[in-house]
Amino acid sequence: MKILVPIKRVVDYNVKVRIKADGSGVEKANVKMSMNPFDEIAVEEAVRLKEQGKATEIVVITIGPAVAQDVIRTAMAIGADRGILVQTDSPTDLGGVEPLGVAKTLKEIIAKESPALVIMGKQSIDDDSNQTGQMLAAMMNWPQATFASKLEIMSDRAAQVTREIDGGLETIKIGLPAIVTTDLRLNEPRYASLPNIMKAKQKPMETVTPDSLGVDLSPRLLLVAVADPPARKGGIKVESVDALIDKLKNEAKVIG
Amino acid sequence: MSILVIAEQAAGQIKSSTLHCVTAAQKLGSDVTLLVAGSSISATTQEAAKISGVTKVVAIDSPSLSHQLPEVLAPALVALAPSYSHILAPATAFGKNLLPRVAGLLDVQPLSDVIEILSPTQFKRPVYAGNVIATFESKDKIKLLTIRTTAFDAAPMGGSAATESGDVSSLGNGISAEFVSEELTKSERPELASAKIVVSGGRGVGSAENFALIEKLADKLGSAVGASRAAVDAGYAPNDYQVGQTGKVVAPELYIAVGISGAIQHLAGMKDSKVIVAINKDSEAPIFQVADYGLVADLFEAVPEMTEKV
Repeated sequence: MKILVPIKRVVDYNVKVRIKADGSGVEKANVKMSMNPFDEIAVEEAVRLKEQGKATEIVVITIGPAVAQDVIRTAMAIGADRGILVQTDSPTDLGGVEPLGVAKTLKEIIAKESPALVIMGKQSIDDDSNQTGQMLAAMMNWPQATFASKLEIMSDRAAQVTREIDGGLETIKIGLPAIVTTDLRLNEPRYASLPNIMKAKQKPMETVTPDSLGVDLSPRLLLVAVADPPARKGGIKVESVDALIDKLKNEAKVIG
Repeated sequence: MSILVIAEQAAGQIKSSTLHCVTAAQKLGSDVTLLVAGSSISATTQEAAKISGVTKVVAIDSPSLSHQLPEVLAPALVALAPSYSHILAPATAFGKNLLPRVAGLLDVQPLSDVIEILSPTQFKRPVYAGNVIATFESKDKIKLLTIRTTAFDAAPMGGSAATESGDVSSLGNGISAEFVSEELTKSERPELASAKIVVSGGRGVGSAENFALIEKLADKLGSAVGASRAAVDAGYAPNDYQVGQTGKVVAPELYIAVGISGAIQHLAGMKDSKVIVAINKDSEAPIFQVADYGLVADLFEAVPEMTEKV
């Protein structure tokens, strides 16, 4: 079974983001970029399935500028076999390529690659939309298993997925092909070893353009403004539990 | 302006997330239809009709909707969509799972986690884990929004909307997805997303056994229990306790963060709380920068003391 893993290059999760001086978006010049953490979990899950003999090939795909190749190499160092870069210079976080456009692009890639399973992050940590997997499933008319914390491949035609929902966990059975989106507890991605990082450099990578795939990535949403969230002022330190309870009762009046 | 709100319901109850969505819908216009979709939902539909501000309730009642799988429900929403200018769902696991699937079928770019409605076409939403607030204008003919429930008050009860049956023939079938089981966290405590007080534990709590300290304080206060991602990842608390940008977003009257350092991801999920208390032994922890009241103390002493005295 072939697995397709869509991945995204985003501002590293440890970076404190800053709004650009001209207010047009978030500063990305000289900022550390990495693979979206949820996508790393997706790559890891696919690699584990291959190690268990349940997957035969792992193809990763990303949409972004030429430098987005680095996240494809990272995925290859974890164990992906092959990479596709859909090259565009539009922003991929805000006011550029949107989940709808990404889903349309992935639909075209699926038409070429015919994967039995797509595993992808539930959301990217830049625009935080949590939409692409669901939209892609809709466009393909495939089942979706979002926010997965456990994935079991039952056969070439079925999988059982445990999902993180608001009240706890839900387990569903889906026919394949299908879309699975990852939540944080699905696995803990490995660190790539140096030999594997070296080997990744030799793995095949193909570059295509949105035009060559026949997809229109022009945004439906106009980015009007970006702003800092309203600041919350720090308060005071109290010296003891008694002082804290007194403040909560008599000053904040939030407990009886 | 004609607005459709997708109700979230389970076990015969309308979830409170629905009430917040109705309030958001009223910012767009007064013609608000509520869709209740499920199996054997006549009582739920009657309850839904009492939500103030709802003009009409459409009930789609079918055994195939017993678990409201998006594969089944989304096509029915596509059939309803042409009558509406906006379709809203709560930004909960239910709404986030469903609404983008509807959008994919309609060729619409939805907006997630809307926190402010500026006009029928302009919306604010948090991005970058709440570190940036972006304003977008939607050019789609129909707008699909998930609503961050903490940003809008709950609509009161006391209305009396007309109810009608929706068309079951447009429900999806033929896509292979079926419910197997669920494991819901059983609790007498208030629901995390809507509780007035939340006590949350972080990595500093140290173990699943120690998490009982957090629960004891919560029970004394009659509050819900939350956790940081670090605590959930470490197995101290179940996944549905997680407060943060990728977990639940809460905004209670009082949020007590215990042994939580205050990672950006966590702050995004609780910084709209009215009063924030932080108890942490590290006086430099970032959580103190957002806390109204900070107590630098060993949680293993302070929390039992607070539980006893509060």
